[in-house]
Amino acid sequence: MRRFALIAVPYLWLLALFLVPFAIVFKVSLSDFALSIPPYTPTMKDGFAALISGLDFENFVFLTQDDLYWKAYVSSLQIAFFSTIATLLVGYPMAYGMARAPEEWRPTLMMLVILPFWTSFLIRVYAWVGILSTEGFLNQLLLWIGVINEPLTILNTNWAVYIGIVYTYLPFMILPIYAALERLDESLIEAAEDLGCSRMQAFWLVTIPLSRNGIVAGCFLVFIPALGEFVIPSLLGGSGTLMIGKVLFEEFFANRDWPVASAVAVILLLILIIPIILFQRNEQRQQEAEQ
Amino acid sequence: MNRLSPFNVVSLTFGFAFLYLPMLILVIFSFNESKLVTVWAGFSTKWYGTLIQNEAFLDAAWVTLKVAVMSSTLATVLGTMAAYVLVRGGRFLGRTLFSGMIYAPLVMPEVITGLSLLLLFIGIGMDRGVMTIVLAHTTFSMCFVSVVVSSRLSTFDRSLEEAALDLGASQFNAFRLVTLPIIAPAVISGWLLAFTLSLDDLVIASFATGPSATTLPMKIWSSVRLGVSPEINALSSILIGIVTIGVITASLMSKRHAVRVRREEQAAQRVT
Repeated sequence: MRRFALIAVPYLWLLALFLVPFAIVFKVSLSDFALSIPPYTPTMKDGFAALISGLDFENFVFLTQDDLYWKAYVSSLQIAFFSTIATLLVGYPMAYGMARAPEEWRPTLMMLVILPFWTSFLIRVYAWVGILSTEGFLNQLLLWIGVINEPLTILNTNWAVYIGIVYTYLPFMILPIYAALERLDESLIEAAEDLGCSRMQAFWLVTIPLSRNGIVAGCFLVFIPALGEFVIPSLLGGSGTLMIGKVLFEEFFANRDWPVASAVAVILLLILIIPIILFQRNEQRQQEAEQ
Repeated sequence: MNRLSPFNVVSLTFGFAFLYLPMLILVIFSFNESKLVTVWAGFSTKWYGTLIQNEAFLDAAWVTLKVAVMSSTLATVLGTMAAYVLVRGGRFLGRTLFSGMIYAPLVMPEVITGLSLLLLFIGIGMDRGVMTIVLAHTTFSMCFVSVVVSSRLSTFDRSLEEAALDLGASQFNAFRLVTLPIIAPAVISGWLLAFTLSLDDLVIASFATGPSATTLPMKIWSSVRLGVSPEINALSSILIGIVTIGVITASLMSKRHAVRVRREEQAAQRVT
């Protein structure tokens, strides 16, 4: 009986506040635009019975007809993909350096990587607004050194979004790679070098393949949340930056078109399911390999 | 072979500079006399002064703190239960669905979670405000708590608990007196994680709340959309300061705890 209660409480909580809401999103996405009511009138309750009878796929058809949504999905995928690669290029050397650092430094270095994660995400993104703006810190610095003659426009472009994603998601990339590299047996690299590998070859042929699981986990941990990102493109990106999270937010709060916003969410979810399943498979394989 | 090559030193230096310089610049410019955030006009603490007098920010901070304490406490209880079920629950109907629901919120985009919860609250006709934000935050942070706690539970020697049961403890007492003290560090870090997640959340709170309750991130959001302001720099610096002190204290405490445990172990070995 007690066991039943122990299972039932968290189970029912998640069913009621996680699974049921998704079913509602799905239902609303299949409902008619005319039935939608602005967020602030609480009359939606009576609308719900009517919603069930009014199921249709109009909103999904609408999404395929308007270029905006299609472009937003493609550009989200593109931004998430390239920023994941950029994060890997910045994060791998750092994780590698951490794993090679003297053992007594490692906890401190680790804490330095985790610390930004505890600091507000919003504030960390906001910090870049002042740095990247036309009269911002970066432009002043570059002008002062003489690298450029007139300020660059970085803020409100996709470049700023890339910088923002790399900056805020860097810890997610470093930690799994560091975990993989720290476990790596140094004698394997020595063996490769004894057998005639150069340092570089040993790195490519031994270190990289053995840290593969960390790289894969890190890439998923950056790619998946970056795809639905809302804060970074809204603060750092320009009007030309299309990301689906931003489109959804605006569709909902500015246009108040709930059925279309829900349809946008359903498709985003379908796109996300593929990387999430791949990620889970990878995790499972890793766990099995460890046992 | 713990040796840092020049390449390692360079990549670490640049990496950490990249991570910390933006926050450092933010803190420095919060002491700027000028209202223009990018032009240095002398040291001043006036923005901290105007911030303290800004009641809208204080109200929002109070709402945020209330929500964070309630939701992280609730999330810790539910998350620990969920972790116990995942690790010790054995087989039960719908176990796969249960573990799926534990892991899914970790990767779910906030816009989707927020949208779905709002539609639920409206569907059941709930008044939106502090309570609905607490429910929303509890739901996503209990998943983080249960991941943290279950990783600790799964490495913990089950026979200790069985010994307690053999010696006549009830299941609940065995948990309270044996299991809970051992997993306590994970439970505490789970609570802290839930607390920070709640303090930090903008998107889900924006969806879940009504006109009656505004959280600090929402307040910050509406001001930063208008551009950089020295007042927000001051507020950010205070928040960065609190987190830094908190994390450093926690790590010093856990270090001291580790030293004490090691000393006790050494003492125990000497006795035997």
